[in-house]
Amino acid sequence: MTAHLGKMVRVWSLLVLLTAAVISHAGASQVLRGTGDLGLIIERASGSVVIIETTGQTKLGRVEGLGDLSHASAVFSRDGRFAYIFGRDGGLTKVDLLRAEIAARVIQSGNSIGGAISQDGRLIAVSNYKPGGVRVFDAENLKMVADIPATMKDGTLSKVVGLVDAPGQKFVFSLWDAGEIWLLDFQAGPEPALSKYRNVGRNPYDALITSDGRYYVAGLFGEDGLAKLDLWNMDAGVSRILDGYGRGEEKLPVYKMPHLEGWARAGDYLFLPAVGRHELLVVDASTWREVQRIPVHGQPVFAVARPDGRQIWVNFAHPRNDTVQVIDVPSMTIVKTYTPGKAVLHMEFTPRGEQVWISVRDDDRVDVYDTRTMEVTQSLRAEKPSGIFLTARAGRTGL
Amino acid sequence: MMHSVMSRASNWRLLNNAAAVLLSVAVLIPAMASAGETLSDSRRTDLNHLLRQDCGSCHGMTLKGGLGPSLLPEQLAAWDVESLAAMILSGNPEKAMPGWSGLLSDAEARYLAQRLLEGDVQ
Repeated sequence: MTAHLGKMVRVWSLLVLLTAAVISHAGASQVLRGTGDLGLIIERASGSVVIIETTGQTKLGRVEGLGDLSHASAVFSRDGRFAYIFGRDGGLTKVDLLRAEIAARVIQSGNSIGGAISQDGRLIAVSNYKPGGVRVFDAENLKMVADIPATMKDGTLSKVVGLVDAPGQKFVFSLWDAGEIWLLDFQAGPEPALSKYRNVGRNPYDALITSDGRYYVAGLFGEDGLAKLDLWNMDAGVSRILDGYGRGEEKLPVYKMPHLEGWARAGDYLFLPAVGRHELLVVDASTWREVQRIPVHGQPVFAVARPDGRQIWVNFAHPRNDTVQVIDVPSMTIVKTYTPGKAVLHMEFTPRGEQVWISVRDDDRVDVYDTRTMEVTQSLRAEKPSGIFLTARAGRTGL
Repeated sequence: MMHSVMSRASNWRLLNNAAAVLLSVAVLIPAMASAGETLSDSRRTDLNHLLRQDCGSCHGMTLKGGLGPSLLPEQLAAWDVESLAAMILSGNPEKAMPGWSGLLSDAEARYLAQRLLEGDVQ
């Protein structure tokens, strides 16, 4: 009797264990959920990403093995399920956000700097420093579709920056060494048509495309001004805007290049980081003329608009990178200055703008701010966090 | 005669001074050879961090290059501590390299140069 009872207990224990295992497995893989509130945080030093959701502001998982993610960025498949992550070491990794695992990965070059996804979501283009050029991949399996070396007139290759997608299966990018803007058009199929715009200005360092997909604007490091291409009127060529802003003024040493991706448009104005100056440039979006400058805490790196355009959040280059400032657009004044910690690297708004996620690299922390109360509502641990990317980007041109 | 004594005395002073200078140079040389000796441990930790994270924003976190060139030792064969430290401090505006003289001392720039040449950037 006692022996029989002992046997029954053992059987029950086994059953309970098995059931628990089945439940926990189901919990990991079979809970239905959408992807609209998902995103990821790049952990730049450990080659990993943390998958997050913005409804409960929690971490859902972590994926490792992505290589050198310093200066990494991401774009999303149109269904928001997959992230394509561009590493520094030429790695291109497709991550399944729902399963928290790598779906595909290639090392496509020796040194790269971001990329873009085509309008139809079928092509991934990567901007390379080494070998200088753009490579384009099938979004499904990451097989190479096209290889476009950025060959200059002297036969050497230029580093490529400022790669964005544009409507009509186009990619636009700039050649740092050559001072050119190139446009790749995949409308006719896998053999792209290539247009080149030469002599656009010295050392374009990054670029933006307006959210309607009409204007491509490259910032120039070697000159005070920006180069603008109107994609609705490409025969007109590239024109210069803000030509010679700050001419004759001494520039400060630039310890970190500003970013134009994630640039801010608020109402009638564009807010752009001034290179080598503690200023934001405010530009009239209809005339492309400078309206005013706003003095800020340091050299701006990112100036991003809350999606409603009411606020601009700005972070800064080394050695002033412990600070974030918030500009109230109607009054064009700084209404808040935060010091979240050493090395604030990136800011990302939720699509309706009620939250902004801010990475603080040296404190291994990501903070979530309520943009109405201006209070921190959540802090998450992440290892040396840099870029934060939410799936809402999937539906936006140029992001 | 008087003049000659004075002269000898001043020569002696000169010699003494020269010896003092030589002595201090002799003391300085080993300090320069490992330029970090004048820097505190915590400052060196900061500088190692700066090298990876902030130099790394252009040269790559592993210093294999980015918008700026690779800074791995094999790429720096043409440089010595002096010339590399001078480049760090003064920069190269043609190549978007900022001068760090506003943020770093000579000793700190030498320390960074030495770390780079030794390939010790961890």
